[in-house]
Amino acid sequence: MLNNITMGQYYPVDSPVHRLDPRVKLILTIAFIVAVFLVHTIWGYLLIAGFVYAVSRLARLPLKMLIRGLRPLRMILLLTFLLNLFFTAGDTVLLSFWVIRITREALRQAVFYSLRLVFLVLGTSILTLTTSPVALSDALEILLSPLKKIHFPAHELAMMMTIALRFIPTLLDETDKIMKAQMARGADFESGNLISRAKSMIPLLVPLFVSAFRRAGDLAMAMESRCYHGGEGRTRFRVLKLTRQDALACGCMALLIGLIVLEGILLR
Amino acid sequence: MDQQTRIQADQVSYTYEEAAAPALSKASVTIREGEFVAVLGHNGSGKSTLAKLLNALYVPTEGKILVCGFDTAQDSHVWEIRRRAGMIFQNPDNQIVATIVKEDVAFGLENLGVPTEEMIPRVESALAAVHMSRFADSAPHMLSGGQKQRVAVAGILAMEPSVLIADEATAMLDPSGRREVLDTVRALNRQKGITVVWITHFMEEAAEADRILVISDGQIVSEGTPREVFPHVDRMRELHLDVPRMTALAADLRREGMPIREDVLTVEEMVKEVERLCPLKSAT
Repeated sequence: MLNNITMGQYYPVDSPVHRLDPRVKLILTIAFIVAVFLVHTIWGYLLIAGFVYAVSRLARLPLKMLIRGLRPLRMILLLTFLLNLFFTAGDTVLLSFWVIRITREALRQAVFYSLRLVFLVLGTSILTLTTSPVALSDALEILLSPLKKIHFPAHELAMMMTIALRFIPTLLDETDKIMKAQMARGADFESGNLISRAKSMIPLLVPLFVSAFRRAGDLAMAMESRCYHGGEGRTRFRVLKLTRQDALACGCMALLIGLIVLEGILLR
Repeated sequence: MDQQTRIQADQVSYTYEEAAAPALSKASVTIREGEFVAVLGHNGSGKSTLAKLLNALYVPTEGKILVCGFDTAQDSHVWEIRRRAGMIFQNPDNQIVATIVKEDVAFGLENLGVPTEEMIPRVESALAAVHMSRFADSAPHMLSGGQKQRVAVAGILAMEPSVLIADEATAMLDPSGRREVLDTVRALNRQKGITVVWITHFMEEAAEADRILVISDGQIVSEGTPREVFPHVDRMRELHLDVPRMTALAADLRREGMPIREDVLTVEEMVKEVERLCPLKSAT
């Protein structure tokens, strides 16, 4: 049951978007976030929507999967919409009864702020859906490595991420084993109220932690015996290479931002 | 120390912090190039301590160890020693670092700063040597214990060591996985001339070695070829160690007065001995 878990959100298919250099994808995602903040008209949002749709088609991502990424945000979205709707000052009253007064400006702001949130989530989901966690940690390490000069532990951070990813399935397997062992001795993980259920986790968590620490000790020793001595003087087995497609992707993003800026000036 | 000596330990002792008695005391060992040496001992005998001393993971509290001519006590030699004397550990899960097999094999090379172009062929040939090429792109947690240990061996092999130290590398495996790993390492020893220090508590594995060191209570109590060591059945039992079944049987038969050879190790040898002593009479 635990053998075929997928890690994170990664949706493993082969597509031009999947093949892009993870560093480029990371930077383009940041550029996309900036682009979303530059939008101030409904035409701009249409442009963004078109772009997101086109990229998700190109990445062969099912739309349903993208939309599902919004689900955890539905309360925040609703709250953003309602708060902006009721508490934004404006002149043109659309609707007014009792203490509620909805203005045109408020409606506009509510819609725009909600859309902004939606597109921010969609844009970053495309990154995590098309980039494996390992590639992402690689990209982070390389992009953050200039910060090593100010003693930012970029290599250590990436190494920790890789080790965490490596041990997730191992520890899940172990959790499963311990759970079964405790259940065989009469432990009950399912019934009772919240507090008693939390308490019943103790016989699961204690052995799990003990073994995780033992594993950490073993792994540290194994790494040292294979000459690991930090990021200094280390070469990389996986090399990231920029290709023409990466340039093309950057071009597309530049075009999008250009169009948004232009449209902002012309249609305001 | 001449050219052919790979490991030389001279009166080595090691005491763990806050421990009353030393885990290893005054052990002297010489291991020559191309040898397959088994280190035999029951739990807590000090055999793992010896392994860690040979890899400079521990530094002797007394005495001196030279690995490929480098003194393990000198900090500046640590990486040279670990590159030349690779080590595989007991738990197959706790020594694999990367999420993909070939990347794990490359881990040691990355640490040594080997250029990427050179890494790729070295990783491929290391995986081929342990017959794991098919799994180069697999995730380690999908492999069996024996396969994981072979990946660990490949990871060491890629660094082109002259000594391989296996610290109970088969203890957590099932019998077929154990066979698989031992056969792989034996083949590397024969074909590539890699010196092997095989730490184990399985008699059958030790019986295949060129030489056996028996450790008990931190001391090397016996040393020699399997045929020299195992016939001392009573002595081995005193040390809480078994001997191969056929050697034990031979000892029992001798006690009953049968003039059988005492250094019988395998079933085939036993069959031969029995045939020699009681030849099958041709049918009358």
